[in-house]
Amino acid sequence: MLTKRVIPCMDVKDGRVVKGVNFVNLRDAGDPIELAQRYDEQKADEVVFLDITATSDDRATTVVLASRASEQLHLPYTVGGGMRTVADMRRMIAAGADKVSVNSAAVKDPSLLTQAAHAFGTQAVICAIDAKQRRDNPNKWEVYIAGGRTATDIDAVAWAREAAKRGAGEILLTSMDRDGSREGFDCALTRAVARAVDIPVIASGGVGCLEHFAEGIIEGEADAVLAASVFHYGELTVRQVKEYLRGQGVAVRL
Amino acid sequence: MIAVVDYHKGNLKSVERGLRFVGGDARITDDPAAIRNASAIVLPGVGAYADAVATMAELGQDEALRERIAAGVPFMGICLGLHLLFDEGVEGAPAGSPAHGLGFARGVVERMPRLSADGAAFKVPHVGWNAVWPATPDGRHASKTAAEAAPASGEQCEPFACPLLANVKPGEYFYFTHSYIAPETPGTVAVTTHSVTFPSAVQVSETAFGLQFHPEKSSDAGMLVLRNFVKFAERA
Repeated sequence: MLTKRVIPCMDVKDGRVVKGVNFVNLRDAGDPIELAQRYDEQKADEVVFLDITATSDDRATTVVLASRASEQLHLPYTVGGGMRTVADMRRMIAAGADKVSVNSAAVKDPSLLTQAAHAFGTQAVICAIDAKQRRDNPNKWEVYIAGGRTATDIDAVAWAREAAKRGAGEILLTSMDRDGSREGFDCALTRAVARAVDIPVIASGGVGCLEHFAEGIIEGEADAVLAASVFHYGELTVRQVKEYLRGQGVAVRL
Repeated sequence: MIAVVDYHKGNLKSVERGLRFVGGDARITDDPAAIRNASAIVLPGVGAYADAVATMAELGQDEALRERIAAGVPFMGICLGLHLLFDEGVEGAPAGSPAHGLGFARGVVERMPRLSADGAAFKVPHVGWNAVWPATPDGRHASKTAAEAAPASGEQCEPFACPLLANVKPGEYFYFTHSYIAPETPGTVAVTTHSVTFPSAVQVSETAFGLQFHPEKSSDAGMLVLRNFVKFAERA
């Protein structure tokens, strides 16, 4: 049976990993490829490189990164961050990325998902959604864009449904309330989206311990779980997470 | 030289680089003459069936491939490359008139059903890591039972009877991303179960193989399969 996936995510700026990386025995702790290879050894199912470079002028370094990854990584990988047009995505796909993730630009123009799906296939198109619980209704979440700075008044569940209809092959769902909190995934949000769409949902934001990974999959009904700092700081290895998940009855690749 | 056939539908670098990583002298080419001269051929999987068939015919690759596969040149088709070994495929073709493949195995490549036999809903495309099990000589039904009984039966499972899967552990996980599946065929050497059980590896002759999964994206297990192919090609 298809296994649930564990996905380390690396924030990359000017071709370097920026969030604190605390690995021993890395020749170059800031090199995203070397870090990704380490995750491969730990049985990560895929990796995400999130380009947080401020200006699109510097994106050339990310294209170089995507190209190096296709040489040195034998795992599926996604490149995201700052994708505005199909041409932006095509550069990453042509460099070797298996998937691209698009966020703000798709909210502004949902037809971008359709164009991308037509150009690369739905399996290559991830719609990333940043969502925040509404103050007046705990069962509703609002979509934010521009790296979480701009509220849109769009309902996250409705947007996920539309994104899937428009051609997204997966949803990468980040809870802004939980991101960085170490309190665990927002399972109510994740479950609401997972039940609304028939494409895979990747839960993101808030992982602090092993139990949280299982919650995201079992309570949140996510198909994959994504985390950054718990892996980068070496608090948990991907293998530990997968062994724990297997112990909880979740099918994983080990 | 291992020719990695480029039919202009997408990025083949991972396949080329994977083969090189395990010591193969792989080169991407769209030239039928280069395909004819190659000591082994890899047909990667990108794009839709009908589209690929049309482009391959336009470039004269289809005849070169038929000729060399029939002549016993080691061949490995990946994903759509596996599908193209079969007679016909419906992906991207007008309803009722499937596109014609290379014709080394009988049957039509069809869309994977969303529902299993007992009515459970599955996500299609089938994307992610799934287990690959040896097919039994009497066909896929017996192996389906093995797959369902997994992983408990894993240790008693027969090894793979295919040089490409030599030393691969029964039930090993590989990376899949596809919506279409090959029909049941006597050459099925491995099966995988999603909504249905389908061939995940086939051998259509002494020297021609097809894989539904992507070895180039399947980490160490995938590199083992690529290495097996490179070694097989050197011995042939």
